[in-house]
Order: sequence, then structure tokens, then C-alpha cells
Amino acid sequence: MTQKTLRIPNRPTAMIAVVLFAIAFITYWDASHMKVRATYGMSASAASYFVAILFVVLAIGHLISAFKPSDIEVESADWMAVGWIGFALAGLIGSIWLGGGFIPGSTLLFALTARAFGRKALLVDLCLGAVIGVFVFLLFNKLLTLALPQGPLERLF
Amino acid sequence: MDTFSFLIDGFALAIQPANLIYAAIGVLIGTAVGVLPGIGPALTVALLLPVTFKLDPGGSIIMFAGIYYGGMYGGSTTAILLNAPGESASVVTALEGNKMARAGRGGPALATAAIGSFVAALVATAGLAVLAPYLVKIAVKFGPWDYFGLMLIAFVTVSATFGSSPLRGLTSLAFGLWLGLMGIDQLTGQARLTFGVPGLLDGVEVTTLAVGLFAIGEAFFVASRHLYKPEKPIPVKGSIWMTREDWKRSWKPWLRGTVIGFPIGALPAGGAEIPTFLSYTIERKLSSKPEEFGRGAIEGVAGPEAANNASAAGTLVPLLTLGLPTSATAAVMLAGFQQYNIQPGPLLFTQHADLVWGLVASLFIANVMLLVLNLPLVGIWVKLLKIPLPWLYAGILVFASMGTLAANPSVTELLLLTGFGVVGFVMRRYDYPIAPAVVGLILGPLADSALRRSLQMSLGDPMILVQHPSSAIMIGIAVVALVAPFVFRGLAKFRQDED
Repeated sequence: MTQKTLRIPNRPTAMIAVVLFAIAFITYWDASHMKVRATYGMSASAASYFVAILFVVLAIGHLISAFKPSDIEVESADWMAVGWIGFALAGLIGSIWLGGGFIPGSTLLFALTARAFGRKALLVDLCLGAVIGVFVFLLFNKLLTLALPQGPLERLF
Repeated sequence: MDTFSFLIDGFALAIQPANLIYAAIGVLIGTAVGVLPGIGPALTVALLLPVTFKLDPGGSIIMFAGIYYGGMYGGSTTAILLNAPGESASVVTALEGNKMARAGRGGPALATAAIGSFVAALVATAGLAVLAPYLVKIAVKFGPWDYFGLMLIAFVTVSATFGSSPLRGLTSLAFGLWLGLMGIDQLTGQARLTFGVPGLLDGVEVTTLAVGLFAIGEAFFVASRHLYKPEKPIPVKGSIWMTREDWKRSWKPWLRGTVIGFPIGALPAGGAEIPTFLSYTIERKLSSKPEEFGRGAIEGVAGPEAANNASAAGTLVPLLTLGLPTSATAAVMLAGFQQYNIQPGPLLFTQHADLVWGLVASLFIANVMLLVLNLPLVGIWVKLLKIPLPWLYAGILVFASMGTLAANPSVTELLLLTGFGVVGFVMRRYDYPIAPAVVGLILGPLADSALRRSLQMSLGDPMILVQHPSSAIMIGIAVVALVAPFVFRGLAKFRQDED
């Protein structure tokens, strides 16, 4: 095994260290753009600087432990299922973004999540999701008078 | 005797028919959601918060108390019948309870858990009522520097001292603190970390974070591990009532569990894991039939369940008197109070005395209702466990997104929810604790403003934090609690090797 790069035994930890460094940098950058200073005491950017330093320390800690073998076992993941749930949430967000309203969005969310958990009967799940969506919508908007996003379908009620 | 007359007033408020109905609804939906596998009390409260939005503050807090206790009870039902504890505090219950259910003694296991929870919550709520006014008397003398010291202790103990790895706990806390920075700074009106997104100016909602990390993260995690293979709940066979011997073996563990749970829950260190494990160990040592442990000993359910509920009531002590949440559930409850424009802390007892004592009284009432409603209805809760997992998680996701949308109908909020879900998935996958993030988000801004107010009062001199003995001691404790796990790590490894 000849590898050019340094071999890191614990890759996920190293990845997390990189993310932590990035967050520290963003926080530092944001704090350095805050102009208003307090007359005395701490200004609003001090907490940001503190958190940025904390992230740097944690990132270094992660980097160090990335060179040790992992102390936890990470099981292999079914990325298809994860993707389906992402798809399901995207369905809901898309529906509300495009003004489709809550009921179609939650129908998609329900059916696609059920798909992620291994159900194949998509049509049945779509119907069930729609029923739940209508029920929840009526409960919240009529009974509890909370405003869920409305699309063309919801305005019929 | 002030406490007593306040409590009577509280009962007068809680016993009004409308409020009794709120309590009953709260207990029922709290149990119904809490019984679903993978959903602990923190998530139950976070999911159901929006339902209480439009009630008057008194009614919603009473319903809230019902949801809280209902969620706790539902969690233990799942642990016993499905061996799927919804939270770490029910892990011990699952040890013996599930064995009892397998041996056909599911009924008595559920009964001893319910009655034990009832006894513990009753005693501990009484403890809360007695203790709180004294703490409030001390707390009104606290300066901002004392609050800062107290919050440091809470930060460190929640994240570093008791987790599996201090590094991961602190990282989770830092994530929460970072989210707490977002939004408009209260003292100078500047936007922090909003990246020009108007939806972020108000900061991150605690419920959005909690629901994202817990519910969406859990859904991702369960789906990714193919954990949806059918696991059937064990049917409750035979009598659900406890025999005379069951009673005899249960009552002492109930009381011992309460005595262990309440003080540990009331400490800023908080948490229900330690008291439940402690109670389990003690019961195994004291039991007349230690050979039954591991095969379904009723003491192993009675003690830890009592400890769990007592510590839950214990966490209400710092929450109500100091505004200090020490567990994820308490953090979510604090978010709930803030949504009704109630800020827990010493002032709460003077400004909203009726609400506080109404809440304490409704905790008592929720407890009674739990016992009266839940034991006879156990058949219905078992049926809920039979919902196929795909539908269950699909329903949870619909409910979670609906709650978020009802609180704040915007696409930004949904994107945040999804983002937190992904983060929650990564945290679960790589064994990062989730509670510190929620506590950090809530306490971070409070600690920030406490520190800045201290420094304004001292004209910028940071020595003010150590000049007051009270805050100096608390900061000292926090530092020791932070450093100790790193120093003793070598020792801990040594101990593990011996096993």
C-alpha cells in the first residue's frame, strides 16, 4: 500500500474537524463585520469570538482523535432509504415553496417516507397521506385556528 | 404556610371543569405520542407544543403538564412491551420490564411502573412545592454574575461530565451555542450570523431544533439502519393487577427510587440516567431474590421508574426557580413557557404566582388522571404499538413538520428543520449526544446577556466574576467538572479493562 497522502484511520472524525474549522471561520468572519461597539464591557461580537475559539479547540481535538482508531462502531447505512426521506422532505418544501399548500405537501411527505421504510404500495400511502393531511389541516386551521400554509386545495374548505 | 395557601389557590384553578378537561386531553395525547417507539418525553412535548398555542396561558400550561407526564408514562410502556426505550432514562426499565412481559407478567410490570411513577411524582411534586419558595428566596439575591456561574455549571455537566466522550458532548454544546448566536442581539440590535436571511433575524426556535434533531434525525437514522424489521409488541396476558407479593416487593423500591431521583434531578447536573441506574444497582443489592434480576425482577422496574419520574419533577426545581433547564425535556418546556410569554425564574413566583401554583397543582392532578385513565386503557396503547413502522415514521414526520409550520409558516423554517434533521442523523450515527445542543441554544443567549450585564455593572472589569464568592465557587465547580473527565480518562480506561 503506497499512498501519497497521510493515512487517517478515522475519516469521519477528520471530516467533522474540517466542518468545525469552517464554522469557526464563518463565525469569526461574521463577528469581524459587526460595527457597533459597547461603551464599556463586552460588545455583541465577543460571544461570537468566544464560540469561534471554542470551535477551533474542538476541531483540534477532533483532528487529534482522528489519528487514533475509532472508539465507536459505525454501522453501514442504507443510503437509498436516507435519500427517500430527503426526497420526502423536499416534496413538502417544494409544495409550500410553489404555493401548493400543506395538504399536497404532507401527502408527498407521508407517502415517500413510508417508501423509505420499505413500503411498496405507493398509491395506498398517497391516499392515506391525503386523508391525514386533510384531517390535520382541518384540526389546525378550523379547530385550533392556527395558520398552516394554504394552496388552491386548502382554499376550498 | 404561604406555600400551602398558594397551593390551595392553585388547586382551585386546576380543578375548574375546563382545566380538568385540558389536563385529561393532555394526559391522553401525551401518552398516545409518548408510547410511539423512539419518541421520548422531550420530543413528545416539542411535537405537541403547537396544539396548546391558542389556549389561555393557564389552560395551556395545565395541558402541558398532562402532556409531560403522559409522555413519560408512554415511554415506559414502550420500554416494557417493545424493548425499545424512547430515551436513555427508560433503558433500565426495559432491562427487567421487557423480561417480565416476555414471562407473561406484562400487566404487573406496567402497573408497578405506573403506580411507582405516581408515588414518586406525588412525593417529588410535594418536594418541589416545599423547596421552590426557599430557592426563590436565595435566587432573588443572585446577581448576573451568579447566573453566569450557574449556567457554566449547567453547560459543563450536561455536555462533558456525564457523556460517553467529553469531546463529543462539548461539540454538541458548541453547536447549540452557535445557533444561539443567530439573530438580533438584544443589547445592541445588531444581527449576528444571519447571512442576510430575514427569517433568521428572530433567531432559531428551540422547538424547531428539538424536533429536527430528535424526530427527523431519528427517522433518518432508523431508515438508514434498516431497523424497520417487524418487532412485535408483547401482548399483555393475564391480569394486569399486581399480586400481594408484587405490592410487597414494590413499595420500598418506589420510595427508594424517589429519594434517589428527586435530589439528583434538582441538581444543575440533572439527567435521569444516573438516578435510574443507581436505583437499579441498589435494588439488585437489596433484593431478597437477586437471582431474578436479569430475568424479570419487579423491583428492577419499580425502583428505576420511580427514580425517573422523581428526577423529572426534580428538574422542575431549577427550571421554575432559576429558569435553568438541565435536561432536553426541561429545555423544551422552557421554550414552551417562553411561547406563553412567561419567563421562568425567581420573578415568576412573584409575578405569576397563580400560574406557578396552578402548574404544581395540575402536576398532581395530571398524575391522578394518569393512573385512573392509563392503566384501564393499556389495551389501546398496546394497539398503537402495532402501527406498521413505515406509517408510524411517515406520520411522525407529517406531525413534526406540521408543528413547525403552525408555529412559523415559512419555507426558511422548514429548511432549518430539514437541516437540523440531517445534523441529528450525523450526530446519532457518530454517537454525539443531542441534549447539550438543545440546552446550549436555550442557555447560550442567557449566559451571554448575564455576562454582559455583569461587565456593564463592573464597568468592564472581568474580575467581578471572581470577586463575589458565590460566583467564584460556581465557576470553580464548572472548571473542575470540565477538566476532571479529561484527567480521569486514564483511570476510566483502567476500570473498563478490568471488567
